[in-house]
Amino acid sequence: MSDLLKIGDKEFKSRLFLGTGKFPNKKIIAKVIEESESKVITVALRRVDLDSKDENVLNYIPKDSILMPNTSGARNAEEAIRIARLAKASGCGNWIKIEVINDNKYLLPDNMETLKAVEVLSKEGFIVLPYMSPDLSMAKRMVDAGAAAIMPLGSPIGSNRGIKTKELVRILVNELNIPVIVDAGIGRPSEACECMEMGCDAVLVNTAIATARDPIEMAKAFSKAVEAGRKAYLAGLGPVKEEGRASSPLTGFLRDESN
Amino acid sequence: MSFYNTYNSFENFSFEDFFQSVSDNDILKILNKDHLNHNDFLMLLSPKAEEHIEEIAKKAKKLTTQFFGKTISLYTPMYLANYCVNRCAYCGFNSENKINRSKLSLTDVEKEAKYISSKELQHILILTGESREQSPVSYIKDCVKILKKYFTSISIEIYPLSTLEYKELVECGVDGLTVYQEVYDEKTYDEVHIFGPKKDYKFRLDAPDRGGDAKIRTINIGALLGLADYRHEAFFAGLHARYLQDKFSDTEIGISVPRMRNHTGHFEPKFLVNDTNLVQIILAFRLFLPRVGINLSTRESAKLRDNLVGLGITKMSAESCTSVGGHAIENDSTSQFDISDERDVEETKKMILSKGYQPVFQDWI
Repeated sequence: MSDLLKIGDKEFKSRLFLGTGKFPNKKIIAKVIEESESKVITVALRRVDLDSKDENVLNYIPKDSILMPNTSGARNAEEAIRIARLAKASGCGNWIKIEVINDNKYLLPDNMETLKAVEVLSKEGFIVLPYMSPDLSMAKRMVDAGAAAIMPLGSPIGSNRGIKTKELVRILVNELNIPVIVDAGIGRPSEACECMEMGCDAVLVNTAIATARDPIEMAKAFSKAVEAGRKAYLAGLGPVKEEGRASSPLTGFLRDESN
Repeated sequence: MSFYNTYNSFENFSFEDFFQSVSDNDILKILNKDHLNHNDFLMLLSPKAEEHIEEIAKKAKKLTTQFFGKTISLYTPMYLANYCVNRCAYCGFNSENKINRSKLSLTDVEKEAKYISSKELQHILILTGESREQSPVSYIKDCVKILKKYFTSISIEIYPLSTLEYKELVECGVDGLTVYQEVYDEKTYDEVHIFGPKKDYKFRLDAPDRGGDAKIRTINIGALLGLADYRHEAFFAGLHARYLQDKFSDTEIGISVPRMRNHTGHFEPKFLVNDTNLVQIILAFRLFLPRVGINLSTRESAKLRDNLVGLGITKMSAESCTSVGGHAIENDSTSQFDISDERDVEETKKMILSKGYQPVFQDWI
């Protein structure tokens, strides 16, 4: 049975989404994407220089990828909407990751402004993926407003602290009927695997790959970890037990009786 | 609320006693902390911390990579005019200096803009001296309207304005404000700003607040290192940055570390800041303010700039020229100060790439 991730009218085999910021050079990005097998690539539109051949990051992204521009730099809904429209007008397609941040210390998203942008942009036909703090009632509002998937943070952007918001993300996974993609904070392949094991639909990774000593090898490692976590989730993890138990020392005698 | 209150709260504070009390252990403890308070920051600026500079550098490098990735943003300054009514002891534009004064015509602004943007640069910092008569806000607005066609980000480094004036410039397309206090020590400030509107310490100190109120996207501050004791100055500049971060949570705060350079006139800096001192300051800023951008200009030598890529620095100027229209216009206007790293954009780009970092030309649209 094929296990595909569906977002909008697209289907994906790989459940690893990639960010393109923070890399030591742009050329390496193409190789990283290829080796990771990722098909959804996010770019900060504010860094896209459409007029420059060398500097335009879009020239390093394979044509068979889905481009997901993000609204990085937006401080409110209005700026996010402006950037989204600019992305569409520049030929970046109709996917958009809404990122609204007005907290310069921790870079935490503003859920309220994000929701406003989701409302407007989904009506305009965008496939909208909001980056948000994992809050159930806000996430439900995002779904009602037309979000195609929800992207809760694992921990603050670039922090490499792993999935500190696990309990809240688990609630989103249980309660929402659209994909939940953990975005931000994932520092190690094992943490990406953990997200997938608990039933998240995908993960987005940037800093951990971009700033690794060898980004290409790290991309492969993440790809494998995401796949492993997904398989484990589908296979159904065994229940966690308090202590090792080989048999049934307390009730084993009952079996004797039935014999 | 003003940063002036914070500054004044240190009126009777003895930096010397504090520095005396710093131990090796204090520094090692700070290296294991995630969130630094102002005492930790001051300890990192102490003479004692200099002995641990390698360890501090390791942490600074790690934090910089984590929060900014392997990238260095590039911009260039563009001088619009050098008319000035101030007499500042340390500045080449001092109104008493007999220098060639000029101002770019709007045609020249466009010529200069075309030339600079042909070099891939997308971020520009425009500068003027302080002369409301020669370079009024209306003139700056006219220039910005032209520059908008060529650049994705326009910052200003001009005389301090009112909130309303900053708002007008934001509406025209200005997104960044650079305003250095020059010197936080109020007594020295008064001594070196001999005459002119710049004598007003508090009006300048509160300029970033007015920019923040006007919703400008980025604010860049700094102290001109060499005018007063650099350890104290760096401390106040860092506290000022944190104050602005707290007050304007949706504004990106940056900090520069300009060291005094040669210029027209005879002013000798009172305090020498050597390379070790400068690096210590940069590293202390990075640990105290992990997400604040740190800017290093071409005042510094190519060698030092090369070595500082990744060590806290996130932004650099390239192919700078400190005279009016110096990029593309033939004229004999005098420069504000001498630059040291004279490499062009292409060479600077190659250097950054060779260090394993990506030069970023565009970071706003």
